[in-house]
Amino acid sequence: MQAVQDYSLLAARSLSNVFRAPRYFADMTQQADLIGFGSLPIVVLTGFFTGAVLALNSANTLERFGSLSLIGQLVSVGMVTELGPVLTGLMVAGRNASGMASELGSMVVTEQIDAMRALGTDPTKKLVTPRVISTIFMLFFLTIISDLLGLIGGGIVARFIFGMDSHQYWSSAWQTLMFRDVFTGLVKPLFFGFIIATVGCYYGMSARGGTQGVGRATTQAVVASSVLILLVDFFATKLLMAIFGYR
Amino acid sequence: MAGTPNAIETPLSSADGSSPAVIVFENVGISFEEKAVLDGISFQLARGETKAIFGVAGSGKSTVLKLALGLLKPDAGDIHVLGEDVTQMDEESLFELRRKVGMVFQESALFDSLTVRENVAFRLMEEHDLSDEEIERRVRESLSFVELEQTVDKFPSELSGGMRRRVAIARAIVTQPEILLYDSPTGGLDPVTSTTIIELIVKQRDVYKTSSLLVTHRLQDAFAMATHQFDQKANQVKPLPAGARGDIPMGFLILRDGKIIFDGDVHELAQSKEEYIREFIS
Repeated sequence: MQAVQDYSLLAARSLSNVFRAPRYFADMTQQADLIGFGSLPIVVLTGFFTGAVLALNSANTLERFGSLSLIGQLVSVGMVTELGPVLTGLMVAGRNASGMASELGSMVVTEQIDAMRALGTDPTKKLVTPRVISTIFMLFFLTIISDLLGLIGGGIVARFIFGMDSHQYWSSAWQTLMFRDVFTGLVKPLFFGFIIATVGCYYGMSARGGTQGVGRATTQAVVASSVLILLVDFFATKLLMAIFGYR
Repeated sequence: MAGTPNAIETPLSSADGSSPAVIVFENVGISFEEKAVLDGISFQLARGETKAIFGVAGSGKSTVLKLALGLLKPDAGDIHVLGEDVTQMDEESLFELRRKVGMVFQESALFDSLTVRENVAFRLMEEHDLSDEEIERRVRESLSFVELEQTVDKFPSELSGGMRRRVAIARAIVTQPEILLYDSPTGGLDPVTSTTIIELIVKQRDVYKTSSLLVTHRLQDAFAMATHQFDQKANQVKPLPAGARGDIPMGFLILRDGKIIFDGDVHELAQSKEEYIREFIS
């Protein structure tokens, strides 16, 4: 219970700090570069191959019903509403939640966090809030890139393995997407970004017990953020379905 | 002590025995995992005074400094720093107070991803009211005080342990705080480097008259501080004449089992008949 309380307090402060000076825009930019640009290669690869394999697997089933032309629809809806946000979130969690936990954890065990407080600087403002804001902001755009790469991957499979016309693939992929699909797919990364950064920072800031403690914090941050992403994905999907009144 | 006197070496204030205490502990107690580390301790640090805190490992010496800075909250008692009750202050108010207090951590606690310049300038840059030129000037003055001006562009990992302590001192004094807290500044250092660090602390004490709490397990360091002074004309630390050894505002405080068993000056310490203290100082 204490851990949940501490996490909730840190998460709330990370957002409320946005409305209180000082604001560390330079740190936000630096974190946005590290989190966003740094995660680009794994997001591009994940998105591309997820879209490709989604097309590959679904094509076998669709072919049996003579509905191969639906590949575009299946890939676009699957990528944009679900696989793009979730897989991007999980990849970014693996890379950045661990990075945040280990970086902040090392600062805790070497008394750098205490030194920062002693120097009159609030570590949640200086270290946590820039990471949270940057992760939310960058994950949104990384998800868009992942969705696009997924569609390209699916399109390449549809064109070169199943001989489907590219125009037909892109037309069906584009036309099947509705506002609610895009909205669902773009709201989720906002939650996931918040989870990744707050969980990573929480485990880092609460690291105890030297280097072993930092290692433990790093592992816990990845596990907890990944599980939370999957949990929140389910409830967010259910909520958005209820809001849009479909399925 | 070699080095060139400069603007930062201008005394800011003088020690005044009648000034109110800058740090007051009243019946302070704190426990970790149900083990009482400090059990109702009370003491005062007068303005301009340096008080050395001794005790075996785990006796709560560093905890005293963290309590004084509000980094830890006591389970019982009151702590007043510069007239403010830190036990009743929220973290936001404490940040303001901490700007008047400098602390040198046990393992330096320099920010390892920042250069020496950025480490020393950290607090100045956070204040956002100084020009880059002014920050650079004060950083260089501070580093010149600890004779490490040449390391300004290095990272902490490129420095020796002693140099890191000196940079930590430069970082602590760059804003010319009213109180300095030293947490085992010579811990783990060789005797020559330890002497250099103690000379810097003596220089800081005698030039700025800053009130200080010094945690150490090396009695010889505290005795050296009580028997030496910084000669500004010669720009070096010199032994005090035999008759002047009570003139330095230097106190000693010994912790044992969470309680203060001695609080007095160097003469009282030397004359103590307490068996534990005799054993401690022998």
